[in-house]
Amino acid sequence: MDRYKLRIIKDRIMKILVYSALFIALIPLFSVLYEVILRGIFVINIDFFTKPTPSIGETGGGIANAIQGTIITIGLASLMGVPIGLMSGIFLSEYSEAKLSLIIRFFNDVLSGIPSIIIGVFSYALIVRSIGFSVIASAFALSIIMIPLITRSTEEALKLVPMSIREAAIALGIPKWKTIITIVLSSAKKAIITGILLSLARIAGESAPVLVTMGYWRWWFAGLFKPVANLALNIFVFATSPFESWIALAWGSALVLILFILGINIAVRFFTRGEYYGAKA
Amino acid sequence: MKIIYKITILVIMITIIVISMLAYPYISSQKAITLNGAGATFPFPLIDKWAAEYHKIKPNIQVNYQGIGSGGGIKAHIEKTVYFAASDAPLTDEQFVKAPNTLHIPITIGGIVPVYNIPGISKGLKFTGEILADIFLGKINKWNDPKLAAINPDINLPNHEIIVIHRSDGSGTTFIWTSYLSDISQEWKEKVGRSTSVNWPTGLGGKGNDGVTALVQQNPYSIGYVEFTFAKKSNLAYGYVQNAAGEFIEPNLESFSKAAAFVAINLPKGDEKWSDFSIVDSLVNNKQAIGVYPITSFSYILIYKELNVLPNIDEATAKALVDFLWWAIHDGQNYAAELYYVPLPSNVIIHNEETLQMITYNGQKLCKG
Amino acid sequence: MKTHQKLFIFLHNSSIKLHLKKPITSDDVFKFITSLFALSIFLILGLMVYELIKESYLSIQTFGLKFLIGIKWDPAISQVFGALPLILGTLTTSAIALFIGVPISLGVSLALSEYMPKNFEFVFSFLIELLAAVPSVIYGLWGIFILIPFLRDNIYPFLQAIFGFIPLFSGPIYGGGVLTGGVVLAIMIIPIISAILRDLFSIVPISQKEAIIALGATKWETVKTVISYTRSGIIGAIILGLGRAIGETMAITMVIGNKFQFLPSSLFDAWYTMAAIIANELLEATYDLYISALINVGLVLLFISLAVNILARLIVWRTLKLVKGIVRE
Repeated sequence: MDRYKLRIIKDRIMKILVYSALFIALIPLFSVLYEVILRGIFVINIDFFTKPTPSIGETGGGIANAIQGTIITIGLASLMGVPIGLMSGIFLSEYSEAKLSLIIRFFNDVLSGIPSIIIGVFSYALIVRSIGFSVIASAFALSIIMIPLITRSTEEALKLVPMSIREAAIALGIPKWKTIITIVLSSAKKAIITGILLSLARIAGESAPVLVTMGYWRWWFAGLFKPVANLALNIFVFATSPFESWIALAWGSALVLILFILGINIAVRFFTRGEYYGAKA
Repeated sequence: MKIIYKITILVIMITIIVISMLAYPYISSQKAITLNGAGATFPFPLIDKWAAEYHKIKPNIQVNYQGIGSGGGIKAHIEKTVYFAASDAPLTDEQFVKAPNTLHIPITIGGIVPVYNIPGISKGLKFTGEILADIFLGKINKWNDPKLAAINPDINLPNHEIIVIHRSDGSGTTFIWTSYLSDISQEWKEKVGRSTSVNWPTGLGGKGNDGVTALVQQNPYSIGYVEFTFAKKSNLAYGYVQNAAGEFIEPNLESFSKAAAFVAINLPKGDEKWSDFSIVDSLVNNKQAIGVYPITSFSYILIYKELNVLPNIDEATAKALVDFLWWAIHDGQNYAAELYYVPLPSNVIIHNEETLQMITYNGQKLCKG
Repeated sequence: MKTHQKLFIFLHNSSIKLHLKKPITSDDVFKFITSLFALSIFLILGLMVYELIKESYLSIQTFGLKFLIGIKWDPAISQVFGALPLILGTLTTSAIALFIGVPISLGVSLALSEYMPKNFEFVFSFLIELLAAVPSVIYGLWGIFILIPFLRDNIYPFLQAIFGFIPLFSGPIYGGGVLTGGVVLAIMIIPIISAILRDLFSIVPISQKEAIIALGATKWETVKTVISYTRSGIIGAIILGLGRAIGETMAITMVIGNKFQFLPSSLFDAWYTMAAIIANELLEATYDLYISALINVGLVLLFISLAVNILARLIVWRTLKLVKGIVRE
């Protein structure tokens, strides 16, 4: 066999391998989606969305308290995390000449790579040890996960705004800070909101930090200084239990959670198509 | 217009949060009281049921019970980080010294059963104590071992390795199980011993009764030991165990009751030490005890006699706690049977009433009686 | 406009009153405010390290550096804690994840950046990103009820039949364990590594590829030059994937078996990782030394994670800096 044929064969083999890798990588995704939909759909009924967690052995019941709790927790986390992330992103993008910004950007990336369980332990050490297991502790942990994500996506969003817009505004005598707030920010608002939504999707799925800052809660919201039910954490508790009714709830909760997260991801992708790609959180 | 855009979104978010917060049954009249407890998973289904039912009667009281195992519960009780603890193992002498004036209140009776997951074999596999000890020692490691086959002649046991499942956390259930094995097998007593946490010669660990149940469910050819409720509620096959009289007894409410009845006459006083009290020890050599299931146990609530030793507890909460326990030993017993626990016999209830009447807050007795 | 003018006058007067050489402008104020927020990232990181050290202090005092080589974890009786098996478990499962995940990620990123026609590429790259969007706990749920039975009934017996003579592949198969943990981690790190690799491949100058094609290279040979061009960046991407695998908690604790032992008896045996033990035991730890030991494990995990992440970022940054622009994760 001459060299040429050998090279062609190698080329074909590599092509097959490369596409196989893509195929193999996607199998778990499709398997997860398929199973979650298949097993989750049977649990969904009106009760599912209106009743709280059932006792062991009780049939029926639902995840209403978990949905309430999750909304409250990620809402609170956003209140803490979004402003900080937004402002940090503005600083990094608009004042990037400062030496400081290089260092901050670097450590921002580092912060985003810290395991979420450690962030939970941090919140445990700082807050739970004094206030106790609470929504506040949980929201604090989740906000720390949000901050680097929003910082980075805001910075990228602002960087996409053409310099010409800023220059035009300054030429008109508008001070830099006002340009940023009124003009640049609103030009980039689609991308910024995209970043915020994606980070919301991310923390809605976090269960490790919630586990060590709140633990399992079977009631409705009972105050900010108490724990509250959480959808992602419930999946963990129910999935590792031996009770069929709870395992079924785990699949149902997973379906709701996946629809929420994928919904955000797809919607975001849809709204920013053609404008720029890679809205990564 | 542009800034308003951002502000609007912020306002919407806040509104959603506020609406969510208001969308739950608000107890505005009385301050909501949370009774924090922790401990054994053995009585967890029952306590969880009590929490739900009691909340219906007294909507401002939330019983928040964490099933972390008897070991964790006892530690929490010693550290005073909970209002009440639950444990299937009574305090040892050392623990009793660390937590003086602890009251033991038996709240229910249950049995620990060997559960297994053998395709094609349903409940009723017969075991003797020695065989169980050998399985958990790793000496018997195939299901079709001759010793097991000999007492189950009409069952076709597969030629497959036994996967042993035990507890990974500190557990009163483990304490009772290993007490039984120590009483039966000298080798077990020397090699492993009895405790809430032992060095298991073999097997996988699950957290809590629920963790072990889940592992047995997920692993074919495995065996574990769990409180009876868990076996029933998850449709696991469970075995019959031989008692001292030689009978292979099916675990059920009747055989648990009979076992408890044998010892219920001689309970220690609520404020004494209970470290020597064990249904398993009393029955293991008692050939006269007919129809008893040998691995039966009380489950206890541990609580301090004087409640002001607990940090952050006020009189209202202390009173609420005692009222809840009073309800638990009376009306609460009505929920026991449907969860496969034995309702407390009346002499035990009366005994508990005396114990509850010992509880004080700042010296004042809390129990109306 | 009016408020802005008032603000300007106010700042100007204050600067005069404070005898400042250079007057403070409203821009300076805004820059200062935003920089404060940005500095909070520093504050958070610093506070995190501080708090973790503070809470681990009891454990550090009690065990010292022996904690890192200790192999006993006994909260119930002797109250001795050691983290070596946890460190080994974390590193082993991550290594398995890399072993499985890196080749696949390479294939995926090549497929998306070099092989696939642009219209399809958009859809498939979105799908790969969806892999990253699935929460860890849902992978765990899927792992328990679908992956484990599948591996236990179909793949592992096959593996044991072929490689059973090696101790690594002997022993009872119950479905979960070290190898399964590695598989789940691999699935989770594929999107991350692929994303970075794709970014790297996209900055290879077209001229390089055109030159080789002009010489008559096959597609694969062209791709090989792309790979060698971005060699160091690939290393960085792998290390970043490692960083992600190390910190993974929920998915791995649901499949690995959570058994504390110095070494597992085989790839099919259960084990434990640093992240998993914290998640499982922190809520049950009811006395100070136990809590401190767990937080100590967290501290070790934090340091390892920081080291890996910083190293990875430095490498990737350096490679991407060839083209000035958006630095993407």
